[in-house]
Amino acid sequence: MTVPVLSVRNLEVEFITRRSTLRAINGVSFDIAKGEVLGVVGESGAGKSVTGLAVIGLIDPPGRISGGEIYLSGTRIDHLPPEEIRRIRGKRIGMIFQDPLTSLNPLYRIGDQIVETIRTHMNLSETAARKRAIDLLAEVGIPAPDKRIDAYPHEFSGGMRQRVVIALAICAEPELIIADEPTTALDVSVQAQIISLIKRLGRDHGTAVMLVTHDMGVIAETSDRVAVMYSGRIAEIGPVQDVVQNPLHPYARGLMGAIPTLAGEDKRLVQIPGSMPRLSAIPPGCSFNPRCAFAFDRCRVDRPEPLKHGSQAVACHLFDTAPHEAAKETAA
Amino acid sequence: MLAFTLRRAIQAIGVMIAVGVIAFSMFRFAGDPVNQIVSLDTPAAEREAVRKSLGLDDPVPVQFARYFANAAQFKFGVSYQFRQPVSNLLMERMPATLELAACATVLAMVFGILMGVYSALRRDTILTKFFQAVSLIGISLPTFLIGILLIYLFSVTLGWLPSFGRGDVVRIGWWTTGLLTLSGLKALIMPSITLGLFQMTLIMRLVRAEMLEVLRTDYIRFARARGLTTRAIHFGHALKNTLVPVITVAGLQFGSVIAFAIITETVFQWPGMGLLFVQAVQNVDIPIMAAYLLMVSLIFVTINLVVDILYTVVDPRLRSTIRRPA
Repeated sequence: MTVPVLSVRNLEVEFITRRSTLRAINGVSFDIAKGEVLGVVGESGAGKSVTGLAVIGLIDPPGRISGGEIYLSGTRIDHLPPEEIRRIRGKRIGMIFQDPLTSLNPLYRIGDQIVETIRTHMNLSETAARKRAIDLLAEVGIPAPDKRIDAYPHEFSGGMRQRVVIALAICAEPELIIADEPTTALDVSVQAQIISLIKRLGRDHGTAVMLVTHDMGVIAETSDRVAVMYSGRIAEIGPVQDVVQNPLHPYARGLMGAIPTLAGEDKRLVQIPGSMPRLSAIPPGCSFNPRCAFAFDRCRVDRPEPLKHGSQAVACHLFDTAPHEAAKETAA
Repeated sequence: MLAFTLRRAIQAIGVMIAVGVIAFSMFRFAGDPVNQIVSLDTPAAEREAVRKSLGLDDPVPVQFARYFANAAQFKFGVSYQFRQPVSNLLMERMPATLELAACATVLAMVFGILMGVYSALRRDTILTKFFQAVSLIGISLPTFLIGILLIYLFSVTLGWLPSFGRGDVVRIGWWTTGLLTLSGLKALIMPSITLGLFQMTLIMRLVRAEMLEVLRTDYIRFARARGLTTRAIHFGHALKNTLVPVITVAGLQFGSVIAFAIITETVFQWPGMGLLFVQAVQNVDIPIMAAYLLMVSLIFVTINLVVDILYTVVDPRLRSTIRRPA
């Protein structure tokens, strides 16, 4: 088996506040292979975006990576000095943020911003970089790129701006793209275009994609695998078909149950009672236990670790079959 | 763009007419001008002759139209105390004030921006805390006190710098400059600091606040995610965005620097328009006061116009909204 493009092991991210230290990410591990799209879903505050920022080294104080390792194509990158991680950002890892309207500097022409990024990472002349910028704009589907390259960000629509942002993210042929809610700020018809663009770029260039979103529809359309995050941990991870059709973790089941179907009769959608705990008040044991219909004694004491279950891995005591068979019976 | 400039210019003329009304009404409300000219025992018939010869018996609108038409040609009448045309007096004094104001503004801009950027980027260093303390002093101490303290320290105690006057000046055409002689430069130092300190602290605080704001924006985060160097992010992307509002404030401040030069000029006996104005107030020399009012507002209005145009040069978003008005 080849080395995965991105490999995250037991990642922990802490935010130091005046009162206490809050752990936003608590032991997250996952791999993304070349050309693979990993969807990361979860509620707001589950740690999806922070995971993405940790990978690219943009966690700002008072936050810090307090444990675990991050490998990019086999090289450890989480402990690099700022200048070296800076060279990786944009060159080997590209990032796309949520809001295309505010991601571009309003005072510079988009061409200047692309050329600047290209020349930071590649040894190209001004003219060569400009030519490459025009090619990139064409690739992401900007019409008349040789004219539009001299336009300012405010002269583009939201969808077009997100295409420019994507062009910026891929301009140095990165191995990995982290897309942090790339379609949330866009309207539905544009969403589909952007999603298929990201998917196509990943396929054409063999780029690994980490797609952070809370939109299950987007995940189902694009991803090869999906990780469901809850309260700074991965609750369940596996191939997208399996997780969507047959979710194991009670939280994942709740999430999938909350998706309306087209064929749907007028049934009430399933709702998970309660809300995610605040970082300062994470319950002992499984952090989902206060909201879980199947919680039993062990869930309130013991923190479940992700265990392999078929093609999926799930962090839930219900699926820890070996020594606690009896516990499962009491669950219902 | 041309339509925009033209529209703004017309607005500026409107403002100037309004100021002209106020300046003109000073003549009418500060007593009968004839009394200012004639002596106490002048017979009434002679007074009427003076009134008639000066056109003061015409209807008020006619008088105003005449005054404004003359003012537009920089003719402000004759000073009561100096018996000279006011425009000559102002022209004579203007270079001193403009040099002082320009020097103070350059000082304020350069140090204000440098200190502001530094204290935004290095938030917790001792130097930043020092700058913050200095800015607090600069913003809270009154100008005349700073001037007097400087005089006490550098003129009285150390004897390094002259405590008053402009030093030797060189005449270039009608303009007199103190920038070309050593004594002129030495004389310029303390008044410039006194006049510029408040502006400097203002600009420093503004730059710092704006810069911190800009550094939090998404496009700076995205610039970092693109792997740009810290230098390119701070000085290419952040600073340019910071300067957009700074231009407005600094521009408008240049106007108030000229206006507030009155105090600094008084403290340092600087032979500029401000000092002339203070003398005019003491002697109820209304032609000078009215002319000064008009000059200062003309400068303000001009600066406003320039700032508006400069704005569009820096910010492309404004350019397109101006080109295609909604």
